[in-house]
This record gives sequence, structure tokens and C-alpha cells, in this order.
Amino acid sequence: MLVVKSVHTYYGNIHALKGVSLHVRKGEIVTLVGANGAGKSTLVNTICGMAKPSRGSIEFNDRAIEGLPPETIVRRGIALVPEGRQIFSAMSVEANLLMGGYIHRKNPGQVREDMDRFYGIFPILKQRKGQLAGTLSGGEQQMLAISRALMSRPDLLVLDEPSMGLAPLVTREIFAIIRELKEQGRTILLIEQNARAALKVADRGYVLEIGKVILEGEGPELLEHREVKRAYLGKGAKQIWEA
Amino acid sequence: MSCEDLRQTQLERLQATLNRVYRNVSFYRRRFKEINFRPEDDFTDVQDIERLPFTTSRDVSDCYPYEMFAVPLREVVRVHASSGSTTNPRVVGYTRQDLRTWSNLVARILSSGGVIQDDVIQIAFGYGLLTGGLGIHYGAERIGASVLPTSVGRTERQIKIMQDFRTTVLVCTPSYALVIAERMESMGFSPKNLSLKHCICAGEPWTEQMRKDIEDRLYVKATDNYGITEVIGPGIAGECLEQRGMHIQEDHFYAEVIDPETCRVLGHGETGELVLTTLTKEAFPVIRYRTGDLCSIMDEPCACGRTMRRLTRIGGRCDEVIVIKGINIIPDRIGDILEGIKGERPVFQLVAVRKDHQDQLEIRVEVTEQLFYDKMLEQRSLVDFMSKKIANFIGITPKVKLVERGSLQREGDRVKPFLDHRFGE
Repeated sequence: MLVVKSVHTYYGNIHALKGVSLHVRKGEIVTLVGANGAGKSTLVNTICGMAKPSRGSIEFNDRAIEGLPPETIVRRGIALVPEGRQIFSAMSVEANLLMGGYIHRKNPGQVREDMDRFYGIFPILKQRKGQLAGTLSGGEQQMLAISRALMSRPDLLVLDEPSMGLAPLVTREIFAIIRELKEQGRTILLIEQNARAALKVADRGYVLEIGKVILEGEGPELLEHREVKRAYLGKGAKQIWEA
Repeated sequence: MSCEDLRQTQLERLQATLNRVYRNVSFYRRRFKEINFRPEDDFTDVQDIERLPFTTSRDVSDCYPYEMFAVPLREVVRVHASSGSTTNPRVVGYTRQDLRTWSNLVARILSSGGVIQDDVIQIAFGYGLLTGGLGIHYGAERIGASVLPTSVGRTERQIKIMQDFRTTVLVCTPSYALVIAERMESMGFSPKNLSLKHCICAGEPWTEQMRKDIEDRLYVKATDNYGITEVIGPGIAGECLEQRGMHIQEDHFYAEVIDPETCRVLGHGETGELVLTTLTKEAFPVIRYRTGDLCSIMDEPCACGRTMRRLTRIGGRCDEVIVIKGINIIPDRIGDILEGIKGERPVFQLVAVRKDHQDQLEIRVEVTEQLFYDKMLEQRSLVDFMSKKIANFIGITPKVKLVERGSLQREGDRVKPFLDHRFGE
């Protein structure tokens, strides 16, 4: 479904992605783990159109999407749950969901229907639908952010650090939601600092280290991998030749 | 897996492998720097691999024992080595994950050769430092078959075990399968009393005739598979029950066939030296390893439905290839033709000679009773027949000469398969 080939992206002078290739098949959860500064978020931005790759190609459903503006990419079927949730805090919960369904605004029946569905899944959102989104707790905001992204009826859901800044108990809840989404057959690209939790739910994973993929494999296999621990702990872990 | 999916997987895994060897293996870092190659910038398509230098068995010997490992020794849970007769042995290592991958790969090959969970599998490969025994062993356990690690030798005991333990699958070299068959015959023991169904052969080049012999004499279905220690051991490619070439496990190995002389990459169907790159190995990745084995890659879909391309039967070693008039000649194949004529493999030697600036192939065959006739005329026609048969196969007409028994130049107790007299004796 999503095929990324040898993508290079710069942030100003920083060569943040150095020839990264990966793919996500329909119905898969693929995770990307790596330390801070490994290039995870840059990759998300490049896929979602917020950063332009200098080289390489990105295909989604067999069409090239690299360099397209974000709004077009949303229409093509990729929805992002951004890092730090980025809900519209000055708007009500319901308005947030409506914004998520913006590209389907000419079909209010469908938007209504989707909204009711998410109210069914997350009753807490229904209880607070008139409340300003900024007053929700972190976990509730994350549920809102995920629902908002799903309102666009995407083929691929990109989750950028969904557990960031959440209490451990709430994190567990969020991962339960991700597992549920997987059971519904959704396709997910999951970017996570919490490598352990991410690799547990994922079918496959990629380990990113300073802009390069150094390992690829099945989620549970990568979990025990030393390179993963190293990449994840970053420079603090001993280099191979120092060991 | 579709062709496109496979290519993307290969690209991703190659990039990850190159990033790792560039960082962790000084040998490759040096090699890549020599040609000014940075994996992150210069590797954007699978085809870019053709820019990279080859790794030879010599390189691996020179890195004896651990220099080519890509992880520290404490990550390595197993070490194997190939037999090095004149040089240092070639030492390879496996991480825990490598062993898991390896078991899965061998399991795939065994099951494509017909092995299932209910089988009793007798592994008559050498255990120890060589990869054959333990490699197959773990794969068979992965399937869940009952494994009998009998190792090599003591043929009569092997036969007794085969009968008493009701072995259903025999794993051994093709020549050993024939040794077993022969011993059974001399013991007056009928293989019909056995439960054998499959014979998984590997470890040496063999012929279709040998397969037929094994199948007829042991009442089994015999399949071929390919492995080489430096790359992983068994588990690289294996035949399915169609018996038409060995499916390469292309999601874990990238295979190329090159012209051993010019090193040019050859197309499908062209015979040359097999070159392999590992895509998922951690402890001992190799980049473009020259196996020295001759074969070609078949692109046509297989009737079994597997989409991985196939290797043809290994046609010998490329260090034994003779090039005369631009034609690659493999002594072993000539032997097969000679064998076909009289039903026994004569002792023979290929000699390249140069007459009036023309290269010619001379085949010297030692006379045996079967090849000897009282009448000159009959003798002549046999020689002509041999030469014609071979000409049909290789495309040039050789000169066949019958020589006295024991007169061919030997190296130890083995007749040199080839002499080159083109540049003076």
C-alpha cells in the first residue's frame, strides 16, 4: 500500500533521512523505532507532505505522492495523528471531529454516521462532546485525535508518538485501542519511542539510526534484539567495536 | 510474494545490511571506501549492487577467524567453519536471530522437498564444525519432524536404524545415498522393507542419472538443495516436488550469476558463477560472495506455485571450467556424456592443444575392457561416435584418443581433469 524508496530529506542543513526504504502492506501494523533524532518524525512529515524529500520516491496505492501538499495526501487516504496530539483546543470535541471529516463535508450523512460510531467506541467523547477539547485529559485528547484522523476515512493511519506524555496506565489504554484498530483490519504506521510496547503490537518493525534503517524484521523478533536496544538507547550504549 | 513486493523487500534489507556492514565490518568499510561508495547515498536501487566489489573465499580465509563478523563475539551463539585444506578455514558465526532465520529457511526447503511433521528424518550429514548436519537438524526440528542425528559413516548401522526406527526421510549426499543402496543390495536387504519416502540430497554436484538411480534403488523421491557455509549453510535454495530446479529463497539472499572470467552479470538462463548476498544475516553478512559454483537462474514460473526464481542443477566448479573457442566446457559434463555411451564413467582427461593457432580439445580416455575391441574398425567407430556425441553437446568437435590404463597424468590419486597445453607443455 505504502512504498517508500531510498528517501532523503533535509532539514535546513541537516541530512535527516539518508536513503530510507520501507513498505506497509494492507492490514499491517508497521512500527518505526529509534532514538531521539533518528529521523522518525522527519519520515512522518515526509510521508504526510509536510517536508519534501530531496531524492527518492513514495508511492501510495500505486500512485506517487512525494512532494504533494498535505491536503492532497489526506484526500489520497493517509491520515496523521500528530505528535503531541495537536487537537484544536479552543474548539469543542464535536467541532474537532467535524474538522476531521472536512474532506467529506459534502456528505453530511456519512460524517454524522462516522461521528456516532466514534461516540459509540469512546463514550467519554460523547459525554464531553460540547466541552472545549483543551479541557480533556491527555488520554481523552489522544482518543479524540485518533477519532479525528479516522473521520477522513483513511486507508492508512499514521500515529506519531501516541503514548508521548501520557501516564503509564493511559498508555496501556492507548495501545489497547491500537490493538483494536488492528483487529478491525486497519493499516497503521506507528512511530514510537516506547519501542517495547510498539514492537509488541506490530507485525513488522524498522529500526532507524541517524537517518538510516539498520534493521528490519518481525515485531516480536526485533524486541529481543541488541541492535534495537542500542539504537534506542542511542550513543550511551557501547559501540560494537568497544564491546 | 509478488515480484514487486520482493524487490522492495530486497531493497530494504540490502540497505539495512549495507548500513550495518559499513559501520561494523572494517573489511567492507575499506572496500567501499576504495570505490568511494557510501551505502546511504549510492544505494537507491537493488541494481546498484552491481557497483560493489566481490567477496571471495580468499577474503574470508584472510579474515580468519573473526575479522569479518559484524557483531561482537558475545552476540554470537554459534560458530561454524568450512574445511580449508590449503588455507585457513573459513569461519562463520550466527546470532540467536540468525539461528532462528536459518532454521526457518531450512524448514522451508525441507517442506518443499516433502517433509512434514509426521516424518522421521535421518540426518546422515557430518555434524560438527561443518554446517550441513546442524543446519538441517534445526530446520527439521522447526517443522516438528522426529530427528535422528545419525551423522556420517557406519553404513550398516545407518541401514539398521533406517529399518528399526522406520525412517521416512533420508538426508545425505547423493553419493552416500548410492553407497547405502549398494550396501543394502550386497546385504541382500530390500529397500521395499523400509518406510523411506523422501531423500533430500545436497553437499556435492550430482546428475539427473544419479537421481534416477537413487529413486529406483531406494524407492524414494529425491530432491536437490543448495547450501554454502560462507553464506549460511543449507537453506539457500531447494527443489520442490516438481524436481525442476531449486527455488532460491530470494527474500533472504540476493542471487546473481556472473561470467567467471569477465565478472559481467549474466541474464536469465545463462550459465555462470553463482554470486550471493545475504539480506538478513547479522553475525556474518556477505556482500556478493563468489561461490565458485556454476549454474544459471530460471525465471519461468514453477508448476508448484512458488514465485521465487530457480537455480539449475549445480554444473560443477568454475575453477574447473575450460574455455576453448569461447565455449565453456565443464569436465564433469563431458564425463556424463562418456558415461552415457557405455554405461560406465571412464577415466578421462581433457587437454587443450593449439595447432596452427587453432585451439583444439583433445579427450584422452583410458581404455577399459568395455571400451576395447579386437577389430580396428569397431574401435574407430566407437571413438568417432564419442566425438560426435560430445560435439553435439558442446558445439565443437573434440579429438578423442584412447590411451593405456594408468597413463594419464595424476595429482595424488586423482586424474587431473584438465591440462592446458596451448601455451607449450
